[in-house]
Amino acid sequence: MRYYLYKTSMFILTLVMVSLIIFFVFQLLPGNPAQIILGLDADEQQIRNLEQELGLERPATERYIDWIAGVFQGNLGESLRYQLPVSEVLADRIPVTMSLAVFSMLLTILVGFPLGILIARTDGKFISVFLSMITQLGISIPSFWFGFMLILLFSVILKWFPTFGYVPWSEDFFGALRAYFLPSLAIAISNIAVVIRYLRNTILDQKKMDYVRTATCKGLSERAILYRHVLRNAFIPVLTIIGLITADTLGGSIIIENVFALPGLGNLLIQSITSRDFPLVQSMVLYIAVIVLVINFMVDLLYKLIDPRISKRGEQL
Amino acid sequence: MNKANRLPFYLGLSFVIVLLSMMFISLFYTPYEPNAIDPNNRLATPSLAHPFGTDNFGRDILSRVMVGTQTAFLIGTTTVMIGLSIGFILGACAGYFGGWLDELLMRFIDAMLAFPGILLAIMLIAVFEAGMKNTIIALGIMSIPAFARVIRSSFIQYKSYDFVKASIAKGAGAFHIILKHIFPNAISPILVVSSLSFSGSILAESGLSYLGLGVQPPDPSWGRMLKEAQPYIESAPWYVIIVGSIITIMVLGFNLLSDGLRDIQDRKA
Repeated sequence: MRYYLYKTSMFILTLVMVSLIIFFVFQLLPGNPAQIILGLDADEQQIRNLEQELGLERPATERYIDWIAGVFQGNLGESLRYQLPVSEVLADRIPVTMSLAVFSMLLTILVGFPLGILIARTDGKFISVFLSMITQLGISIPSFWFGFMLILLFSVILKWFPTFGYVPWSEDFFGALRAYFLPSLAIAISNIAVVIRYLRNTILDQKKMDYVRTATCKGLSERAILYRHVLRNAFIPVLTIIGLITADTLGGSIIIENVFALPGLGNLLIQSITSRDFPLVQSMVLYIAVIVLVINFMVDLLYKLIDPRISKRGEQL
Repeated sequence: MNKANRLPFYLGLSFVIVLLSMMFISLFYTPYEPNAIDPNNRLATPSLAHPFGTDNFGRDILSRVMVGTQTAFLIGTTTVMIGLSIGFILGACAGYFGGWLDELLMRFIDAMLAFPGILLAIMLIAVFEAGMKNTIIALGIMSIPAFARVIRSSFIQYKSYDFVKASIAKGAGAFHIILKHIFPNAISPILVVSSLSFSGSILAESGLSYLGLGVQPPDPSWGRMLKEAQPYIESAPWYVIIVGSIITIMVLGFNLLSDGLRDIQDRKA
């Protein structure tokens, strides 16, 4: 119980910190925000109206409290460019980013885990050096460039997939699947490499433990030890990596959506920065950061459910 | 250390040395003037005259890639310096003093880590505008958490060692202990993180510049070259392939270096 209380209070504290960081950064806008948003040729009256609209004449603490209170009521402010509530603008974009993220996570898990387990069973010196370099390459490739390479190979040369262009799920299920495949793969590639490295290291570490020697002594086959004992113990660190990958997937989709022209959050984020739609940018950054925190929090709670030995700071006893 | 395990380290080292010498050469010599436009020679395929071909303005890609190494090394070095100095202060305070200060600082670090990928840098640049200086500041801030964490854990580890306790017993101040006793022992994990964060910054810069939020013209940038190359992916695929490979080699070089350093460190321990 103490574990859950500690983790929950830390979660809330971190949430508050995140919102403060975001609010503070947007307070630092050099010069008059209304002037920056409207550009140099705006007249006095326009600037004063926007200042009023943004509530700039009120003190910062009051605006922060208003903002957070609004967030809790589902009111994220108003987009300047779309002249619509931010939540409405986001509602169109979230399904695209979520589909991309889920698709990419599935690819990572379906490819990364079996491959990682398979590779962990090979223990040769040269194989491990070779693998470490290949996976390191997977981590080092810029995901957006890998996206270019996928377009070049699959769309330009082989013509299997559309170059870009977005098809909603409701319109054409298989068309959407095809449209999401290359961008998801581009995001997944570095995560797959991370999963393989991590899984291999964890399994090799676990294999050195006493319980594995005991199991070997009582005559269990290597396969049985791996699947029945080692993988169970390797699951805790794997959970950590899933939390990390979720964050990386969301981060990766910011760039990849712009490569493949998918109308998701990342695409909207960059457009809003170009058009100086600061209320929209501010809420979007908060939204993405909160998702990451919530997922990490859920991972923390799952730890304890899976392994009651875990102490409040997360290390195994 | 056996031979097979050294291979990745030396491979990484040689990548870095090749790119480093490319940077030094580019300070004095490039085959062509990197910004010289040649309208009659647009998107030329790689040849003896232009080993990497030319871009959509007829500019020599090799010369531009060479000049781009300057930006990459500048960004990598400065962001590591920013991340290390601020991360050191935060991590040392958290690890050495512990208690509520540690808790508070770590939640701050957690909060920074809640911004996935380059989101933190994107947010900062949205507010302070794109350009070389702001890219460096944003990526420097983004690399603080990794340094703060590793420095904090070294401090927690060494604080409990007898030689540190003896020094405290003799009446040494916190400042003396931090700099004279703990810091020298923390150097090798710091080197590992520095190398990793160097490559991370270069990767992040290429992404930011690709989005148009990073380094702006006339400063050269590989990420922006990729942005310019994208429309010609069908007609001039080598342009995209070459520039992306260079970024990958640079990032891979520093990642392998960091991996090798970690191996050496583990073996010592």
